[in-house]
Amino acid sequence: MNFELVLLAVPTLAKGFWLTAVLTLISVAIGFNLGLALAVMRLSKNKAFSSFAKGYSTVFRGTPLLVQLFLFYYGLGQLSFVRDNPVLWWIVGDGVHCAVMALALNTAAYTSEILRGGLMSIPGGLVEAAQACGMSRLLCFRRITFPLAIRQALPAYGNELVLVVKGTSLASTITVLEITGHAKRLMSQTYAILEVFAIAGVLYLLINLVLITLVRLLEAHLTRYLPR
Amino acid sequence: MELGFWQVWEGGWISAILRGAAITIALGTASMAFGIVIGVACGLIKWARLFPLTLVVDFYTSIVRGVPELLIIYLLFFSSVEVVAQIAAAFGYEGLAGNGYAFAIAVVAIAAISGAYSTEVIRGALAAIPGGHIEAARALGIPGRRIFRRIIAPQMLRIAVPGMNNVWQTTIKDTALVSVVGLQELMRAAFVGAGSTRHPFIFYFIAAVVYLAITLVSQGGFDWIERLLRLRTRK
Repeated sequence: MNFELVLLAVPTLAKGFWLTAVLTLISVAIGFNLGLALAVMRLSKNKAFSSFAKGYSTVFRGTPLLVQLFLFYYGLGQLSFVRDNPVLWWIVGDGVHCAVMALALNTAAYTSEILRGGLMSIPGGLVEAAQACGMSRLLCFRRITFPLAIRQALPAYGNELVLVVKGTSLASTITVLEITGHAKRLMSQTYAILEVFAIAGVLYLLINLVLITLVRLLEAHLTRYLPR
Repeated sequence: MELGFWQVWEGGWISAILRGAAITIALGTASMAFGIVIGVACGLIKWARLFPLTLVVDFYTSIVRGVPELLIIYLLFFSSVEVVAQIAAAFGYEGLAGNGYAFAIAVVAIAAISGAYSTEVIRGALAAIPGGHIEAARALGIPGRRIFRRIIAPQMLRIAVPGMNNVWQTTIKDTALVSVVGLQELMRAAFVGAGSTRHPFIFYFIAAVVYLAITLVSQGGFDWIERLLRLRTRK
């Protein structure tokens, strides 16, 4: 391994590291809330809500993230009403904003399926008991349903977080210079393909390791009542 | 017309997209097939904890599942392109960056990714087989190879089908990533069309619809296989 090259590559890729982390955090923050809303809609008795949520999840899980990203970035950018609307153009016109939107919408679909599984695992008796105690539906959701569902869904959600981190690499295809964007540049400039790959790979594994550890800690915290 | 439906029809792009879709399906199928071979081999190694090999398999699956697919594709394409060009030049074929080579490397890349996920599915399926079945077979004096063929493999396959469905759906979506290095599959066809007609919306929309059709049809296929296998289990 060429030492000078490593000295050149590490600071460059570290610059991308922060962008990758920011892309992940913002899109997960938006995507989780959207996913929760979709999961609740999916389980609602209202046909319109549940079929919308089902269709949303089918479409976003059935097409590649790359297609969604290009459709938003290049496709929507072409339409004149998007260009003329300042809010829409703020989202679509900038690579980072657009990548965050695509990632958030994409992860929302997967999150909704994971949370739906968690919500469905809750015994009906618990909800009935909460209602019998006179809890409002919102209070019941906040105190009973949601905490139990999230506990159930957390391991699967940890996997989804790793997929989001990996998904951020696609932002490099719409001119966003995060880890993979910088890595591709360095690969074509220096031809030190394996070295650059190794450094970028370590950075990604680092992010994933931190996320998985956080999820494990949260899981341990939520199940602290269980004997170990 | 702003969206450019007419240009898509007039320019013969529909057939280009369908050709791309055929390549996508071929790439997905070939990668999945190799991925299953990798998955069964590595899954068995992981399940049986064959000492030095299991470390190698662990390294492989954690790298591939933790690092973005795009980065792996870049690694394989960029590192192989020079070698292949040199070999081709040595044999007198200048400029062999054609589709055949791109397809071969794409299969290697996607199969490597698909194989890592298959490994986990197969390992999980093997772990789900009750230990008593294998012990009973041993007690009956059935030789090891036949235990695998008659007891382990059939149960493993049945348990692994839902997981393999997920792997297939991921694999077919991962093939889109190969477009960034130039293989003329579905996504690349849409990209080229979008670039030359300057109507990206319609092209990516069509691509999304075709991918959706592929995933929905294969979902139906897997549901059918699952029903077929369930029929034969007695409850």
